[in-house]
Amino acid sequence: MTGQAQAGRPNKLLRNLNAKIASIPMILTALVIFVGGTFWTVFYSFTNSKLLPRLSFVGFDQYHRLWAAPRWVTAIENLALYGVLSLIFSLVIGFVLAALMDQKIRFENTFRTIFLYPFALSFIVTGLVWQWVLNPDFGVQSVVRSLGWTSFTFNPLYTPEIVIYGILIAALWQGTGLVMCLMLAGLRGIDEDIWKAARVDGIPMWKTYLLVVIPMMRPVFITTIVIIASGIVKVYDLVVAQTSGGPGISSEVPAKYVYDYMFQAQNLGQGFAASTMMLVTVAIIIVPWAYLEFGGGRKRG
Amino acid sequence: MADIETLNTTAAGIDAVSQRLGDGPSGPKPRPTLSARNIMLYGTLTVAALYYLLPLYVMVVTSLKGMPEIRLGNIFSPPMEITFEPWVKAWAEACTGLNCDGLSRGFWNSVRITVPSVIISIAIASVNGYALANWRFKGSELFFSILIIGAFIPYQVMIYPIVIILREIGIYGTLTGLVIVHSIFGMPILTLLFRNYFVSLPEELFKAARVDGAGFWQIFLKIMMPMSLPIFVVAMILQVTGIWNDFLFGVVFTRPDTYPMTVQLNNIVNSVQGVKEYNVNMAATILTGLVPLIVYFVSGRLFVRGIAAGAVKG
Repeated sequence: MTGQAQAGRPNKLLRNLNAKIASIPMILTALVIFVGGTFWTVFYSFTNSKLLPRLSFVGFDQYHRLWAAPRWVTAIENLALYGVLSLIFSLVIGFVLAALMDQKIRFENTFRTIFLYPFALSFIVTGLVWQWVLNPDFGVQSVVRSLGWTSFTFNPLYTPEIVIYGILIAALWQGTGLVMCLMLAGLRGIDEDIWKAARVDGIPMWKTYLLVVIPMMRPVFITTIVIIASGIVKVYDLVVAQTSGGPGISSEVPAKYVYDYMFQAQNLGQGFAASTMMLVTVAIIIVPWAYLEFGGGRKRG
Repeated sequence: MADIETLNTTAAGIDAVSQRLGDGPSGPKPRPTLSARNIMLYGTLTVAALYYLLPLYVMVVTSLKGMPEIRLGNIFSPPMEITFEPWVKAWAEACTGLNCDGLSRGFWNSVRITVPSVIISIAIASVNGYALANWRFKGSELFFSILIIGAFIPYQVMIYPIVIILREIGIYGTLTGLVIVHSIFGMPILTLLFRNYFVSLPEELFKAARVDGAGFWQIFLKIMMPMSLPIFVVAMILQVTGIWNDFLFGVVFTRPDTYPMTVQLNNIVNSVQGVKEYNVNMAATILTGLVPLIVYFVSGRLFVRGIAAGAVKG
């Protein structure tokens, strides 16, 4: 924009040389790591690399094996369930908290600080804390039992059927503060006059939110959804800290499958195929978003 | 580039929030304090706040108890006898594998990883963002787009090629290697942050400096940098918390003696052998969370800006 090329012709490559030199790390990262690395992994996912990557192609074998593996199928099911629930709950909780915070309340700063502090913590810390809170012998279950309700059972981390909900609780605790902040920013961006107009027309508050405000916040929602979704696909540390994928394989997730096959089981081909599937998942999220954003013309609230 | 604009919109919104937050109470005359509506409102917020605070309370309380007391009571009961022994043990004596020098080793590793990573990544990204904002050249936007799209690709896809590259250079498993990895993966979001900031600065400044004969580096060091202290601080917050909290890169690119704190913490708590010392575990957890928490509480509103910009990093 600003410093764009003056009229000078001589030697195109040397023009603006300093900027080019300064951009070398970016260019290298973009080409070698992001483009090169991605293609490399996709490419080698069609080989039967075991301990070391090697070039003997087996077509889609790794993918057949991947989808035949109960562990991978569990990982995908977990991701789907965890993904859908965490998307819905983060949006709902985040929005409700933001709407409450937007009522010109006192101590807004204090509340915001409290809701957001878990986000500063790592997933490892979050996972370990919730592992402790959900500990069946000392945590929530034992507390409720000691209150007299002796048959109370709430032991998600050791119950294969519901372990993913245990992880979800921790994930929501960690992440809803951020969603709340984004939503609050969106709400503050909405014109006061809208509220006045709605009040004059006698529209109840919840209806104004549902029919006027939320549709107006479309860009914020889309950004938030993309942020949450790309985080969901990457979920790894939290599972490692809370359950290590257990009991058995019941809280396995794709990111952990990839790590285990690449660095523990020395089965690189499987690791590459699984990570390629993760890439595909992200593409499935990003492409419709890009289409919505740039495809059907610019529509901004 | 509209994804960037969306982020801009959000960041601008967050800024607007921050500004309003600073003004204190505003808006129409306050309603009577004890209305049913207010009781509902503050009631709900307080219950929610208690839920968010509970794990922190449980952590602190547990870390101050002795093991016999933990076995007797529940996680919410306050300690009858406060002891700091678990903290000492977590810091200096807890075992991971063969090492029994506690989290202190991991802490210093994390410091040695975080400090250079933050400095290098911010140095690279700020110059980069400056070049993209003020000195565009053919193809610069294309590389930038690749970089931003790259930020959405799961790290798992790129990890193994990086392992190979680092191994070939001979720095796989060293702190240097991990610093390079953090600098690489910090680049998209930081470059975006700086580029957007430099674009927002008045163009006349840049033009005047050019007319006066200042070059690429001179303008950056003498005009742009001094004007952008806030954005440097935001970038620093983003990177310090992000790198300190990292687990995946730490576990992939380091060896036991160079493990960062998060990896060591996980190994201490989730080690299979021996009696589980919950109090030590919780003390260790707090110790690991302390650095980002301090950054969070000290930086306040700047943290909100930072995470709004950095949330895409995931």
